[in-house]
Amino acid sequence: MGLIGGIFGVTRGLREKFGEDRVRDTPISEATFLGAGVGAAIAGLRPVVEIQIFDFVAMTMDQIVNQAAKFRYMLGGRPTVPLVIRGPQGGGIRLAAQHSQSLEAWFVHVPGLVVVAPSTPYDAKGLLAASIREDNPVIFLEHKALYAVKGPVPAEPYALPLGKADVKRAGRDVTLVATLAMVARALAAAAELEKDGISVEVIDPRTLVPLDEATILASVARTGRLVIAHEAVKRGGWGAELAALVSERALDALDGPIVRVAARNVPMPYNDSLERATIPTPQDIAAAVRGLV
Amino acid sequence: MTLSAEQLESLYTTMVRIRRFDEKTAELFQAGLVKGTAHSYVGEEAVAAGACASLREGDYIVGTHRGHGHCIAKGARLDLMMAELMGRQDGYCRGLGGSMHIAALDLRILGCNGIVAAGLPIGTGAALAEKIRRTDHVVIAFFGDGGANQGVVHEAMNLAAVWALPIVFLCENNQYALSTASKRTTAGPSIAARAAGYDIPGARVDGNDVHAVFEAVGAAVARARRGEGPSLVEAVTYRWGGHSMRANLPDYRTKEEEREWMERDPIARLGHHLVEDRHVTPIRLKELEERVEIELERAVEFAKASPEPSVELMEASVYAPHVEVREPAPTGGRELTMAEALNEALHGEMQRDARVFVMGGQGRGAHRRDLRRDARPA
Repeated sequence: MGLIGGIFGVTRGLREKFGEDRVRDTPISEATFLGAGVGAAIAGLRPVVEIQIFDFVAMTMDQIVNQAAKFRYMLGGRPTVPLVIRGPQGGGIRLAAQHSQSLEAWFVHVPGLVVVAPSTPYDAKGLLAASIREDNPVIFLEHKALYAVKGPVPAEPYALPLGKADVKRAGRDVTLVATLAMVARALAAAAELEKDGISVEVIDPRTLVPLDEATILASVARTGRLVIAHEAVKRGGWGAELAALVSERALDALDGPIVRVAARNVPMPYNDSLERATIPTPQDIAAAVRGLV
Repeated sequence: MTLSAEQLESLYTTMVRIRRFDEKTAELFQAGLVKGTAHSYVGEEAVAAGACASLREGDYIVGTHRGHGHCIAKGARLDLMMAELMGRQDGYCRGLGGSMHIAALDLRILGCNGIVAAGLPIGTGAALAEKIRRTDHVVIAFFGDGGANQGVVHEAMNLAAVWALPIVFLCENNQYALSTASKRTTAGPSIAARAAGYDIPGARVDGNDVHAVFEAVGAAVARARRGEGPSLVEAVTYRWGGHSMRANLPDYRTKEEEREWMERDPIARLGHHLVEDRHVTPIRLKELEERVEIELERAVEFAKASPEPSVELMEASVYAPHVEVREPAPTGGRELTMAEALNEALHGEMQRDARVFVMGGQGRGAHRRDLRRDARPA
């Protein structure tokens, strides 16, 4: 990571600038180097730990779930654990079942973790800066298919608030909440639907914990319809949580069922046409919206 | 290095404090005042006391589920510990943690741990933090013979060895992982012998001899302080009681074995040494013990008088206040990829705050090129 800048180049140039002490290549011991991040955070540093491919996070779950997430609470609510755990998740580049998962629901489920999921370069820069300044352990999810996507980014340092959604496109008829790589596909679907006179509001929550419930609920109150799009498998996915939340809080506002567009409930296949058939497309999202109006 | 009579009296007091604390805890558990479970350190007192005797204020420990002794030896207060065991507001963790999570960050006690051997990566991280800050503070990471068979023990020792981190891995080999004898689960001649695989010092000592523990751990601590890296010490000992105070397991040890180890009582041994070789009077020892009784009585009274925590404490304790940031300037015309944007954030934050550092597994160069070529929008 230090020497070559990570497999996607995210850490490029850091070692040259900040030295080997602060930019460390580790042995392939995910549980322990992540745990060392927990220990260093408790001891007063602010580690950023890279999981090379986020599926490997399974190797580290004790340190995330039982240690980092609970440390402050178990100790009476006083210590801080300023730790960022970041890396690429998601599919789309034929890496098959152990290198392509979208696991955000695991982390959303565990009290004590912040879960961040940017969809644009602008959001990514500002949210990573905020995550590093945050005093709680942050799971920072990067979608590997988005690394090469370009967008406007101010040169000066800035941070974006955690827990504030971004309305990527305003609309009247349907609220479409999408995360990570699904945001661009949701926007593509919305552009297509516009031609048919269907006005879609696309909301990117940007952080799943804390969640900007107010922005989503206010939108649903206006549109009366909700579609949720994520790349993770549908069963037990984050969309189920959001659907439950909206039905508990805004059932009266809904004019139809909440619809989830998500991956099939299968591991990611290697074959490229099968992989494309697994991950939701703009057409899948558009079809879900059409079904509601 | 020889210990003065004064230092030995202090160690004696520490060991008595540990023993009486856990004996009292067992009583209170039977009486229903200490709930859930707790794991008695009785019989193993020489390990924590002898080990922590080489530590200074800035040094850390990470403990285990059988951690009361570790905390006491590093200076934790009996009253705040007892209040925690009773789940009260004034406990070290305000009643949210209990026996297995006692910690005192001001004393650099990074916590007991309910997950076997999970403290080793955490202790390794604290050692890394001190190395990055270029202090001479060290860490002692306690683990058991059961914990020795967790994968992270290998990982932590390897990482600490390659980075020459200031940490002592201290295995308290009480010979049973819950009810399973260590010899049935553990290959190799000893835990200490594993040190050779990492090219670090390894020592196996009588864990019921506080002098032996002090000397072995003292040498390891001194080495760590000099910046020469980690060591492994295995202290062979025995817990007198069951795995936990729930005491719900059938016998798995022979009475003979238990009796044999109780005859090697670490406190009686030190007391004998003090009286026979150091001219400390039995009356003096009695006086030290009585002081502990008074402290313990007060601790129990303090704990009983402490209120129960409120329900409101719970939600308020999960998250530290989230970072407050201003909305950024409007976006300009410059375009970056997301990878470049993330890279810029890392550069900016590392520049802004010297506490920020990054680490992670290596990727191979050719692999990187392939992935970058493929990482285009579908």
